[in-house]
Amino acid sequence: MAETHSLQDMRQQAAVAAKVFIQRDYTNGTMCQFQTKFPSELETKIDKQQFEETIRTLNNLYAEAEKLGSQSFIEGCLACLTAYTVFLCMETHYEKVLKKIAKYIQEQNDKIYAPRGLLLTDPIERGLRVIEITIYEDRSFTR
Amino acid sequence: MKNCEYQQIDPRALSVSPLSVQNHAEKKVQRPRRKWEVFPGKNRFFCDGRLILARQNGVLPLTLGLIIVTSGLFFAFDCPFLVKHLTVFIPVIGGVLFVFVVTSLLRTSFTDPGILPRATADEAADIERQIDSSGSSTYRPPPRTKEILINQQVVKLKYCFTCKMFRPPRTSHCSLCDNCVERFDHHCPWVGNCVGKRNYRYFYSFIISLSFLTSFIFGCVITHITLRSQTVASNLTTNEDIKGSWSSKRGAEESGNPYSYNNIITNCCATLCGPMPPSLIDRRGFHLPDEVIPVASASELELPPFTPKSDANMCTRGTKDVLEKMLHSSDFHGMCPSGIQKTTPLVQEVPRAPATAATSLSSGCSRQLANQAVVDPCPPFSKSNRRDSLHSINPAFRLASPSPTLNRSMPVLGDGRDIGFIPQH
Repeated sequence: MAETHSLQDMRQQAAVAAKVFIQRDYTNGTMCQFQTKFPSELETKIDKQQFEETIRTLNNLYAEAEKLGSQSFIEGCLACLTAYTVFLCMETHYEKVLKKIAKYIQEQNDKIYAPRGLLLTDPIERGLRVIEITIYEDRSFTR
Repeated sequence: MKNCEYQQIDPRALSVSPLSVQNHAEKKVQRPRRKWEVFPGKNRFFCDGRLILARQNGVLPLTLGLIIVTSGLFFAFDCPFLVKHLTVFIPVIGGVLFVFVVTSLLRTSFTDPGILPRATADEAADIERQIDSSGSSTYRPPPRTKEILINQQVVKLKYCFTCKMFRPPRTSHCSLCDNCVERFDHHCPWVGNCVGKRNYRYFYSFIISLSFLTSFIFGCVITHITLRSQTVASNLTTNEDIKGSWSSKRGAEESGNPYSYNNIITNCCATLCGPMPPSLIDRRGFHLPDEVIPVASASELELPPFTPKSDANMCTRGTKDVLEKMLHSSDFHGMCPSGIQKTTPLVQEVPRAPATAATSLSSGCSRQLANQAVVDPCPPFSKSNRRDSLHSINPAFRLASPSPTLNRSMPVLGDGRDIGFIPQH
């Protein structure tokens, strides 16, 4: 709660300097993966390793959500047999992983990005097209 | 339901815009609008955004209507017959298939097919910048495509001008819905929605289950016709078939249907192409309230001397009624004693048969009861009955095929009255 409060404060006080968009990486097909190329705008703001680590973790989480595993297969068959009524009481595997991703992004924002005047936007907010990173003017925050 | 994830995250908490500080106060006053209310595509939303449909929903009501009507007719007409003849599982299987078809159809129609939300203004600006910087310096704007490598194969991504983004591979823009849809298959008018990544499985299961349901209903209808044709081919009625009247289970060596011609073709011809018997109920003849059901062709059949008492009574009553009607026409109604007086001498002339009538008359004014009973009990001998209806003028004064005894009495009855008889022979 305290972290959210501080983030909102930051947004209210700070002005947006720029936005960076991390685009999708289609080299492995239509799976949801993001480019790990380090954007030039963030060079002064954050460590490259840190950034790549964040993106790689997100990519792994999305891969897990879309994995053709036994769990998703059983879930699919059960749903088909019950005429998809099972989803009225149960959430899908993908939705569970999306919740995990949301929590991870919140955590990353609190620990790493907010102190550096950056904000990661959950890609689901942008239709899984981009990861939007907002750069705030460095006014009220000191390292 | 599937769109809930888009709404769970509070937009005010995470999304940022240059005007956020100013609008913050305003937004607190306004009711926060759901994203579906401001959705830019041509879609219709129901249940507060849980269900989505294309604006041009085509013939979805027709599809639903056809399925429900056909299945309804099947359950109403085929099932009762087939349950008796085959098994009770037929409507059960049909019901399960029907439920599958309808749920798959509704799921296909009301599920988001995989619509890509349009790019935000910032995103679009960023992409434009990238294109401009990487594009050629010619006067004409560069073609809006981007080439990428997918699994070592070059694929061109097109730029969508409506959604202001480069379309991911296998994504296409549906002009009817005005949306980019992931893994776009086609826009199906029967279902009233696009078929894309998210509802392809429902669409496929709809098609498969509909095929099963259609073939199942078709099979049942064919079976129904075959079973009914079998009864035609063996010259059986359905009633006999169900009861097993002529089946070999009853102990006979072979099916002992005495009415069969023992030839399938002859049986079919006899049932379907045989002579058309006439209608016996004479629907268009005029109903005459006091019509005497003919006492009968006692003359035709030569009424034997020892007829059963009940028959005699009935016939007697008919005669009695005729006599009474005559009296009614000339006398006042309900003049009991005079009626009796006048009838008794007449009745005495008529031997044997009306004797019992006389006794019943003399017992009192039982006339009314007799009148009421008279129409039904006398056995209608068919030929004469028909002739009666065609030729009757005043039934009170006519006897159809009167008995020889009554014939003799006719002049007596006509004593002193303007009565005409029309003897029927």
